[in-house]
Amino acid sequence: MTIQELSIAGAVVAVSFGAIGPALAEGRALASAMEAIARQPEAGNTLSRTLFVGLAMIETMAIYCLVIALLLIYANPYAK
Amino acid sequence: MQPLTTHTLFYLGPVPITTVVVTTWSIMAVIVVVAWLGTRRMHAAAVRPGDRLPAVLELVVDTVGNQIREVVQREPGPYVPLVGTLFVFIVVSNLSAMVPGVSPPTAHLETDAALAGIVFLSVHVFGVAAHGAREYLAGFARPNFLLLPLNLLGEITRTFSLMVRLFGNIMSHEIVIGVVLTLAGLIVPLPLMALAIVIGIVQAYIFTILATVFIGAAVEASQKQRVTT
Repeated sequence: MTIQELSIAGAVVAVSFGAIGPALAEGRALASAMEAIARQPEAGNTLSRTLFVGLAMIETMAIYCLVIALLLIYANPYAK
Repeated sequence: MQPLTTHTLFYLGPVPITTVVVTTWSIMAVIVVVAWLGTRRMHAAAVRPGDRLPAVLELVVDTVGNQIREVVQREPGPYVPLVGTLFVFIVVSNLSAMVPGVSPPTAHLETDAALAGIVFLSVHVFGVAAHGAREYLAGFARPNFLLLPLNLLGEITRTFSLMVRLFGNIMSHEIVIGVVLTLAGLIVPLPLMALAIVIGIVQAYIFTILATVFIGAAVEASQKQRVTT
């Protein structure tokens, strides 16, 4: 395999496996937030703001994987 | 599609002017003109009942101020100009993807790096203004001097993740729309573009809320827990 093929494979692995963890985590966070809002609808504003910020934090992990994939494909120093 | 490179449009003397710069300055011009049109008659006597634009702008400023008040837990006065401008600029930039032929400036790393850098600097300026330089810098060594490197590292990584989050979301959605367009044709990416509107506004909201949280943590009593996300 050439460096190009290897980096494409690496990018695919990075994005596909890197998305699993954040997806599960976001699902859990959203489920708990739903539960909390259902139990206490008057706290919905605070909860949804915190939820948004928390989801952004979790999502960052997936975005990091995406950036690694982009670096591998577009800015790989070992492949010309 | 080359998400990490920019396209040079022309040279202004020795300075290369890229398409991103042109888009950014056009967006700035649009925002400035709209704000000027909305605020040129601010005296109560001059405002006529039918003026919609001043009312809309006032609504935006009020909402931003209320959000800041809820997060920072103090009067939002000094923070509204910075946070509000960040929000308005990022929203307009993200939504500029809806204009045919325009690539949003926030889909390029340089713009996001600049925005995150502004947040990074202003957080410390607000912190020093609230506590004085000695007290604020001493806050980095709390609760224990051993945590000083971690606190400093946290300052850098949270700025980095602020930059990468906005860049990754906007740029990846642009690429997804491009891929679907090449694979499926003209009408198919429309639902995705509707989703792009939502994502653009939500990401602008998240960026500004995080900036507000950082500012709030810096101006709060510095012995409290530091936010290092």
